[in-house]
Amino acid sequence: MNTPNAPVTQVQVAQRTPWLAAWGPRMVIGLPFGWLGLLFLLPFVVVLKISLSEMNESGIGYKDLVDWQDGLVVISLRYSNYLFLLSDKLYLMTYLSSLMYALTATVLCLLLGYPFAYFLARSPASIRPGLMMLVMLPFWTSFLLRIYAWKGLLDNNGLINQLLLALGLIDTPLAMMNTPFSLQIGMVYVYLPFMVLPLYANLVKMDLRLLEAATDLGAKPWTVFWRVTVPLSRSGIVAGSMLVFIPCVGEYVIPAMLGGPNTLNIGRVLWDEFFSNNDWAMASAVAIVMVLLIIAPMAWFNRIQAQQRGAT
Amino acid sequence: MALTAFAYTLTMSMPAPAATPAHDVLLDIVNLSKNFDDITAVDSVNLSVNSGEIFALLGGSGCGKSTLLRMLAGFETPSSGQIYLQGRDISHMPAYERPINMMFQSYALFPHMTVAQNIAFGLEQDQLPKAEIEQRVHDMLQLVQLKAYAKRKPHQLSGGQQQRVALARSLAKRPRLLLLDEPLGALDKKLREQTQIELVAILKSVGVTCVMVTHDQEEAMTMADRIAVMDQGRIIQLGTPHDIYETPNSRFVADFIGSVNLFDGQVVVDEADHVVIDTPHARVYVSHGITGTQGMPVSAAVRPEKICLSLAPPLAAERASPAEDGFNQTPVTVQSMAYFGSFTTYHVKLADGRLIHVTQQNAARHDEHKLQTGDRAWAWWDGSDVVVLTR
Repeated sequence: MNTPNAPVTQVQVAQRTPWLAAWGPRMVIGLPFGWLGLLFLLPFVVVLKISLSEMNESGIGYKDLVDWQDGLVVISLRYSNYLFLLSDKLYLMTYLSSLMYALTATVLCLLLGYPFAYFLARSPASIRPGLMMLVMLPFWTSFLLRIYAWKGLLDNNGLINQLLLALGLIDTPLAMMNTPFSLQIGMVYVYLPFMVLPLYANLVKMDLRLLEAATDLGAKPWTVFWRVTVPLSRSGIVAGSMLVFIPCVGEYVIPAMLGGPNTLNIGRVLWDEFFSNNDWAMASAVAIVMVLLIIAPMAWFNRIQAQQRGAT
Repeated sequence: MALTAFAYTLTMSMPAPAATPAHDVLLDIVNLSKNFDDITAVDSVNLSVNSGEIFALLGGSGCGKSTLLRMLAGFETPSSGQIYLQGRDISHMPAYERPINMMFQSYALFPHMTVAQNIAFGLEQDQLPKAEIEQRVHDMLQLVQLKAYAKRKPHQLSGGQQQRVALARSLAKRPRLLLLDEPLGALDKKLREQTQIELVAILKSVGVTCVMVTHDQEEAMTMADRIAVMDQGRIIQLGTPHDIYETPNSRFVADFIGSVNLFDGQVVVDEADHVVIDTPHARVYVSHGITGTQGMPVSAAVRPEKICLSLAPPLAAERASPAEDGFNQTPVTVQSMAYFGSFTTYHVKLADGRLIHVTQQNAARHDEHKLQTGDRAWAWWDGSDVVVLTR
């Protein structure tokens, strides 16, 4: 007996809609913004504040920025942490080495990921879901377990060395573990899917008639690739590169587990400053500079995206 | 395919085609077929295209016209048969080596390049000197009147402008053969009519040989010198627009090109200079001989604009010849009419309730004998306007 009521219900929904239409979008956008503001922006401001503070003599806690002295408000900002960061070779080297590892990982991921995404996007539509599944498969296992597995492969008495020794190809185990090599392998391995996915999404929706048009105008396959496919997939390349580069700069787990003591990484320096040296002010300054280093390429990325949007 | 549709008619009274000048055959397609798995997209097509001609492949979707075009461009490999361009077999030549360029459906302009870069792209592939590329790009922009837009990106242009860039890009390399894939399909109706004329003017001024693909019969009729009507991978009829419209060789072609009224009947008189067909609605007098036999089931096809409507049956004096008196006429009732300004179309009901389609020119501003919906009238036509088709 619902039928006679149906029109009435529709009217009620229609009357409710203005409220929903006005507040629905705001809530949908507002909630994550609130979340980020509360759990990212606020802590970030706290960290910024700590980085400009002075540690207590006891070594526990830090002094307030704002002080009440002789009836005057005294705000003391200590930028000595930043000066120290710039003057100390170790910090500079660490930043530089972190950026280099991240850059190398990004380039390697791009070199491996582009052909992969390309052929994935050009494969018959019927087998694409299966191939996509293979790209996602590593996510089904814990990140830590997968890093541990690389330990087992790369160790001095790990699988690879044992195999090479058994085959008589080497006499002494290759020192692969705890080197820049193992660190780089870990980064490329973990972040490769983050390169492949945006590239695939871009390449799969490329208008193939543009490639035919280029061929028709006399361009050989290699020329078509460099002059049409690559420029048109630029936004995919940029997105994939950012997704690899940014987390790689601050990566902690992979350097800690595969990098050994001799590789310099900003993530580990941060850990040491916080938990070994207990110098929260210094650690915060290190963190702030790292964030600035990452924001720069982000800003560049956003500009490119805006340009792309203007172009299509 | 059941060939319901082979003409065996109309050789006698058709004016013989004017002695055709000796054409250079530019493109020769011999027994060309293309199979996709178990589907035959193109079925042993034979075709010659002359130098300087605009040739249209016309058909509905899935008739094989696009596959045929893609084989000419080199995007599909023929399953069998050959394509000769100026006598040279190019069937298996890679697309990038063929002296053939294509104007793509919805243009396929490179979105990351400017108009000038789009036009220069093909020339750069030939490694022409920079100065010459610039000169040719300039000439092309002038040809399509887009000089002011050289530095724009395609998305900053209107549909009509994009179409002209696509044309300039495909002509820049001075191809022996230009392929046009639904050249006006992406434009709206008003712009299409205007662009048709401009496009033909440009193509003729350049003198390039064209093969175009279209599903729009009007586009094919107005632009092409010759048309091949395709269905199910085969060429059903090939001829000038006039031939195809006035002398369709099958019900398929008659129906696909324009609209047609069909009267099914039997041949009762089969003379050398005329034929009479008995149909339930009218005795049809055809003032030319056919290659059929007496008693044969046929359809008499009459175009809507060839039929006259009048309140009284036609007088003998109004007939093309006295022999037709009493033939080629049938009583009708006006069911509906639509006024289009320059002409009016009528749907009129035959005695058995079937509707036929009639169009009449509105030559005079005020017609005293104007028909109204519901009027009982007579539909009649001339014996020379009947096309006899097999059933």
